[in-house]
Amino acid sequence: MKKYEGLPREMIALRASHEINDGDYVNLGIGIPTLISNWIDGREIILQSEIGMTKTGPLAFGEDVDPDLINASCQPVVELPGTAYFDIFESFNMIRGGYMDVVAMGALQVNARGDYAGWSNPSRGHDLVGNVGGSMDLCAGANKLIICMKHITQTGDLKLVEQLTYPATTKGKVNMIFTDLAVMEITSEGLLLLEMLPGLTPEDIQSVTGPKLIISPDLKEIEL
Amino acid sequence: MNKKYSNVVDVLTEIEDGAVIAVPGFFAAGVPRSLLRGLIKSGIKDIVLACGCGPMLGASDEMVELVENKQIKKVIDSYGLYRSATKGSSDPFEQAVKEGEIEYEVYPMGTLAEKYRAAGSGIPAFYTPTGVGSVFEETVVTNIPKNRVKKETKEINGEKFILEYALKPDVAFIHAFEGDRDGNLRYRKTSKNFNPVMAAAATLTIAEVEHLVEPGDIKPDIIDTPGIYVQRLIEAPKDEYALTID
Repeated sequence: MKKYEGLPREMIALRASHEINDGDYVNLGIGIPTLISNWIDGREIILQSEIGMTKTGPLAFGEDVDPDLINASCQPVVELPGTAYFDIFESFNMIRGGYMDVVAMGALQVNARGDYAGWSNPSRGHDLVGNVGGSMDLCAGANKLIICMKHITQTGDLKLVEQLTYPATTKGKVNMIFTDLAVMEITSEGLLLLEMLPGLTPEDIQSVTGPKLIISPDLKEIEL
Repeated sequence: MNKKYSNVVDVLTEIEDGAVIAVPGFFAAGVPRSLLRGLIKSGIKDIVLACGCGPMLGASDEMVELVENKQIKKVIDSYGLYRSATKGSSDPFEQAVKEGEIEYEVYPMGTLAEKYRAAGSGIPAFYTPTGVGSVFEETVVTNIPKNRVKKETKEINGEKFILEYALKPDVAFIHAFEGDRDGNLRYRKTSKNFNPVMAAAATLTIAEVEHLVEPGDIKPDIIDTPGIYVQRLIEAPKDEYALTID
């Protein structure tokens, strides 16, 4: 399979950030989604961290580090004017209860029906168990679920697949996928190609994509 | 009322082998490290650690000792393994899980939060949408195959939900910023996390507080956990610890 030089992780996050509206309450998963927080300065986007915080601020350094103030990835952060703290029950009340406008997650595999796998990589050698964290709750309650990931793995395996071979995190909930090569939407007809990296053709994208792509009549270059 | 104990050994008396002990904390934040060190000293065995989100990754020194002393029978958690597979390959807990020497039972975090909340509020079970479409709707997710009990699901208003049961710990170890002799507690920032639900869930709730004060010193308006949930407490100054789980 041919490999294409795609966007760096930061640029995938930048493109995904355009999909978030001012006023949205948003939860960002580990990996590329976390980088979205670098692109929302000056916008009215409220980050919820499942540890128990809304209006989560940027990473803390030096004397701003407070061991009682970390995000859900165990990184020290700062609070912002308007921050609220709450316990884990309240946090998952918001998450499961449908108060997250956008949830952005990383993924190992996604299919054209909006199923994705991300919580457990069987290559680690554990039969069945792994780290699920809050990922499944976030998927259950999200009003809009977006996936931010590389289009293929480092070893060249497909991540957009016909059938998941890794354990599913959720089924039928993914709305949009942002990769280093393309922007796609999950529709009732299948995987719709909306945007692609300048210089590539739809055939190029199809060559690294398992499911058959539907080409949008408004297909355009990725806008950063 | 005076619920204060003077040291970490006395405050753990009457906890029996096999106890289910709730350990709050979200990675490094809000973990009851002093009580965990008391647990190591106590020599209590066959412990089930009922966690929420990786407190034993945040208290890794204490966890290594508990595992090496063979005090742990089982861990319930949503995120109990190191993120890095390389680090996991040298972690005694992860290796014990691989060998089947310690059971590791996994639930989505919000399901765990609700299992503790239900236990504290007299609700025996509940239906949740979380995990539908995954292995979590099929069986209890554990490394011990014989304990993979089948789960029940039910359709409500045309959607599928999973039946989950309350999880009532025998004991909860709580970490609070401030507490008074009546057991009223207050937490700081994101160290609150699983502390309030676990304090309410357990039969015996033991709190370590960074600052012990007199009743009335904490403004009644800002008490997070009312003393009715707390039976014992000790004063334990804040530790220095690493803010990383990688």
